[in-house]
Amino acid sequence: MSLYDYLYYIILPLLSISVLIIFIRFLLGPTLSDRVVSLDLLLTTGIGIIAVYSIHTDQPTFLDIAMILALIAFLGTVAFAYYLEKREKND
Amino acid sequence: MTEIIIVILSTLGTLFILLAAIGVVRMPDIYLRISVTTKAATLGIGLILLASAVYFNEGPITARILAIILFMLLTAPVGAHMIGRASYFTGVKLWKKSQVDDLKGKYDPSTHQLSSKDKNSVSKDSSHPNSSEK
Repeated sequence: MSLYDYLYYIILPLLSISVLIIFIRFLLGPTLSDRVVSLDLLLTTGIGIIAVYSIHTDQPTFLDIAMILALIAFLGTVAFAYYLEKREKND
Repeated sequence: MTEIIIVILSTLGTLFILLAAIGVVRMPDIYLRISVTTKAATLGIGLILLASAVYFNEGPITARILAIILFMLLTAPVGAHMIGRASYFTGVKLWKKSQVDDLKGKYDPSTHQLSSKDKNSVSKDSSHPNSSEK
């Protein structure tokens, strides 16, 4: 089994299963904070999927998109935390 | 040899991300979930990005990947601290088996100021609420 087959048939499905498991928490999450945390974790897992996919397709350009996604994840978490603190009550 | 290093690094990173995913579902409390998200997922992402750095093995791409890893290591604790702080202010309950709540009664609920004394002696000046740190 070559490296590309290993990445394509084992690593990427495991990461996809992780995304599905995190999405369960995103749907369940009793409070809004749980949803924000699981959204942050979803974006972080997306960075990993992009990195593995850039190895599989031999395109290092995808890593730029991983960097942008890291920026957006941090910005989203900070913005959600800021406005969550400003809110009167959350469900 | 390079392929073996890539396989080991990507497998370890994927296992850490899978553990973080299981932990974020299984943990009973928002604060424990934040702990899982910060540590395990950051380590897993760092290992996977290191695997891609080993694969490409060029100077500019390695520098870019190291910049991403450094950025993740810097921003994950900051984001986790902010979301934990916001959820503590908005009244998210701790787990019912949690033993100690060190912050109980030490935050002023209106100005979000932290003080180690009792609540009556909290200074009521109009400083910015986000300036208080642990």
